[in-house]
Amino acid sequence: MALYSSKVMDHFRNPRNVGSLENPSGVGEVGNPVCGDIMKIYFQIENDVIVDVKFETFGCGSAIASSSMATELIKGKPLSEALELTNKAVAEALDGLPAHKMHCSVLAEEAIRAAIKDYYDKNNIPYDPADFPEPHDEEEGAEEEEESTCSGCGSKAK
Amino acid sequence: MKIYADNAATTKMSRSAIDAMIPYMENVFGNPSSLYTIGQEAKEALEDARERAAKCLGCEAREITFTSGGSEADNQAIISAARIGEKKGKKHIISTKFEHHAVLHTLKKLEMEGFEVTLLDVHENGVVTAEDVANAIRPDTCLVTIMFANNEIGTVMPIKKIGAVCREKGVFFHTDAVQAVGHMHINVQEMNIDMLSLSAHKFHGPKGSGILYAKKGIRLTNIIEGGAQEKGKRAGTENIPGIMGMVKALEDACASIDTYTQHLLPLRDKLIAGLSEIPHSILNGDRQQRVPGTVNFCFEGIEGESLLLLLDDKGISASSGSACTSGSLDPSHVLLAIGRPHEVAHGSLRLSLADDITEEEIDYLIKSTKEVVEYLRSMSPLWKDLDSGKRPHVI
Repeated sequence: MALYSSKVMDHFRNPRNVGSLENPSGVGEVGNPVCGDIMKIYFQIENDVIVDVKFETFGCGSAIASSSMATELIKGKPLSEALELTNKAVAEALDGLPAHKMHCSVLAEEAIRAAIKDYYDKNNIPYDPADFPEPHDEEEGAEEEEESTCSGCGSKAK
Repeated sequence: MKIYADNAATTKMSRSAIDAMIPYMENVFGNPSSLYTIGQEAKEALEDARERAAKCLGCEAREITFTSGGSEADNQAIISAARIGEKKGKKHIISTKFEHHAVLHTLKKLEMEGFEVTLLDVHENGVVTAEDVANAIRPDTCLVTIMFANNEIGTVMPIKKIGAVCREKGVFFHTDAVQAVGHMHINVQEMNIDMLSLSAHKFHGPKGSGILYAKKGIRLTNIIEGGAQEKGKRAGTENIPGIMGMVKALEDACASIDTYTQHLLPLRDKLIAGLSEIPHSILNGDRQQRVPGTVNFCFEGIEGESLLLLLDDKGISASSGSACTSGSLDPSHVLLAIGRPHEVAHGSLRLSLADDITEEEIDYLIKSTKEVVEYLRSMSPLWKDLDSGKRPHVI
């Protein structure tokens, strides 16, 4: 399929880190069924390092591939590094995504942030709220402005 | 196993249609407007093809206009009826919410010109009734345009009855029959059809060829201006090879409808029964009132594009109405029109069969779809929530 790079297809066909964790240190879930994609990321954190990560995704090929790649990029990394992961880095690691699929990489970034925030909240660790903007308000990843608006959730196309 | 199950998108050309085209590329390549022999031979072939096409549709040759396909025919039919209507002060058009975009976008354009368009709601079984149409007709209605069969879910409209209502009220009736021609018996006179669009590549003919049938007396408005081809109503040198291939495919299809249907119906029904075994799945559109080859399902908890990609890995070509495959953020307008909620419409699958499909292939389609749906559900947080009761099932 020429729609996606061979790396996207590899991560879609053989997704890494699929599943869930029994007693996760943090869980992040973003997206909604109306828009057609949900990503859920589970962390196991020890000494501020992500020692294990799993994901579950409802969505298209690039959503599954983005989840898989994002988990690969942060596994074994300190939280501070995971916080710096951008959607563009996920997309680049996949050898690019079609413009209208960039929002899948945005979801992956948001899911990771949401899981980190969950971990901080659970453990009463102070953080800068500016690091955790509300999901879906991200402007990153917008290669092209599209006119369409998702009638399900009212969010703008990215 | 390789199965092409997207015949509603396009079909493989038949050998006989290809063979019918080749002489008009190699030998009789003349321009039908030229007066020398090779041009006039092409002209004769063109007019012979028009006669044969007319015979297939139950109309007269002069009522056939060759176009570049279904979209052009839809555009021309609607614009023509609108121009006739507005001269009489009639600027209201009736259609349905689940038409092809060739119809919907043309109507949008007319709306911007000041026409009023009523898009009828579609019943949950994917059908609009003659009563729905009758109730919507007003004194200023100039056109009713309703598809013969829906391209995504395959449901068939009561065209003859709708045509009768339009006749009685003196309103032009156009039908986009792109998904029906070659798959069902159609006779424009018996079915009270004033205008009909068809496309060759949906019945094993070539792409880029279509027909607009318009009842004599309906003055067509040009979409393409230029030379005097097609009685001055469609400029451009005629696509003779395309027309020859199309008409051959049309004749073949119309001659074999009964055997085609007899072979396909039990296999289609087996496919429906097999896919219905998947928990929380639903057939889109009426079980019986549908074209012989098209089956469309929604599966809860999964998304259509990933389903298609994994089916492709198993050698199956299919399509979906999910947002990710439609290129917009919304899922198919057809599935929304029959009342499927967004989250369910994202998980749709259309399998459209050709008449050479075998029972073994149907078994493989069922088995593969079951496997892929189960696999995608196993990694879907949405399915997990549905399965655990955290979120209520919709289907």
